Amino acid sequence: MPFYRLLAPLLAAMLPCVCLAQQDTQKEIERYRQLLQESNPAELYEARGEELWKTRRGPKNASLESCDLGLGPGVVKGAYVQLPRYFADTDRVQDAESRLVTCMVTQQGFTPEEAKRNPFSGTGVPMLTTDPFSGVGRRSVMTDLVAWIASESRGMKIAPRMSHAREREAYQAGEKIFFYRAGPHDFACVSCHSGEAKRIRLQILPDLLHSPKDAQRAFGTWPGYRVSEGELRSMQWRLWECFRQQRFPDLEFASDASVALVMFLAKRAEGGTFDAPSLKR
Amino acid sequence: MKLKTVLALALWSLPLAGCVDLPSSPGEGATTRMLRASFKSRGQATVDRLNQDEVQASCSLYKGEPPGAASEKIEKSQQATIRYPSSGKLLGDWRQGERIAQSGVGRQFTDDPSRPAGGGCYNCHQLAPRELSFGTVGPSLYRFGKLRGFGEETQRYAYGKIYNSQAFLACSNMPRFGHNGVLTEEQITHLVALLLDPESPVNQ
Repeated sequence: MPFYRLLAPLLAAMLPCVCLAQQDTQKEIERYRQLLQESNPAELYEARGEELWKTRRGPKNASLESCDLGLGPGVVKGAYVQLPRYFADTDRVQDAESRLVTCMVTQQGFTPEEAKRNPFSGTGVPMLTTDPFSGVGRRSVMTDLVAWIASESRGMKIAPRMSHAREREAYQAGEKIFFYRAGPHDFACVSCHSGEAKRIRLQILPDLLHSPKDAQRAFGTWPGYRVSEGELRSMQWRLWECFRQQRFPDLEFASDASVALVMFLAKRAEGGTFDAPSLKR
Repeated sequence: MKLKTVLALALWSLPLAGCVDLPSSPGEGATTRMLRASFKSRGQATVDRLNQDEVQASCSLYKGEPPGAASEKIEKSQQATIRYPSSGKLLGDWRQGERIAQSGVGRQFTDDPSRPAGGGCYNCHQLAPRELSFGTVGPSLYRFGKLRGFGEETQRYAYGKIYNSQAFLACSNMPRFGHNGVLTEEQITHLVALLLDPESPVNQ
């Protein structure tokens, strides 16, 4: 009897083991998360962010303590879960990051380019070390601030506003972008983020289209400290990285399209409990 | 010079002409403008990638689920794009196919454009059983040949499906690898071999 004839039933018998092994792997990852959650490195970013909020910086030598994140000047508690929202002073719908850019410009006197220069902290992707957006071991003021602001909404309900016409428009634009196919691979957000328990390789993808639970968990856990990169990553980074993998051009930090997509995702996640900065694989 | 201009104009108007019978939606122009203002070219990923061809526009508009008539129209137009190898040989080398299936590089702005792209097949499909790290966005292709037969008809189907998936399923999530020039004809024949060579680990 040829060898492969013997091998086939053997492999067939092994298949359940393979599935079990995968379940075990997933359980181990969950356990690892639980363990590390007790002392998440994100706390370092949060602490630096709180300090930076109060530090006098920029040409105006001013702190951000009178920055209005939507709940009034200087109010940080609970602000993140009610973003993005419409701001009359800029006449734009803004998420946490794009609002911070505004405050760095108006309060501290930075140029918009300066405020947006280094939005993501050092990255493990070697191709990107010369990138003005990052650099190995390079800290990002923006990332630290977002970590702290997000942490001040921990445990609260995700409650994006939809009362202003511009907020509804942003949601609708975000929905269109979610379905927008383009590029050499024909990918849109929906290509991966639809369908129950789909995976890329072994990574489970949240079903952002049909599952409120998945959307709540996904939206509610960014920013997150990514163990694989040794860095804290924000929602803006998550979207930028998704589009890179979609083979799209470079998503500009704090751009209108990015905010519209955040608005769409926040609305999908409405009612969920915000639990970030989190710990991720 | 003149002829070139005329040709260029004709080429530009082709996709436009194709879009006319699509249902229009208010605010669509605004979203497209928003996208153009929000992305910048970087390396090989230039902003012209935001331009949609007729199929991409249609699939976006119908949120990936085109109704019967639109679906048939896409499949018919995409069927016509498939180019089979002039040599007539559809079955390449499954070992090279396995490498192409494993590799997910290509076309990202962080990728070196001078290096050949991979198919990234394992990202979404199960293939050879020894590879446990496989995705589930697409169906399992384990035992593909054993289940579908090793004949030329199946080879032509597999080649066509990889070349242009939407010729068989409008708005499929699978990239149109041949049509969009991500994989060469030869690379596709190697993937066909991975699926349909009786010696391939996929069929063990």
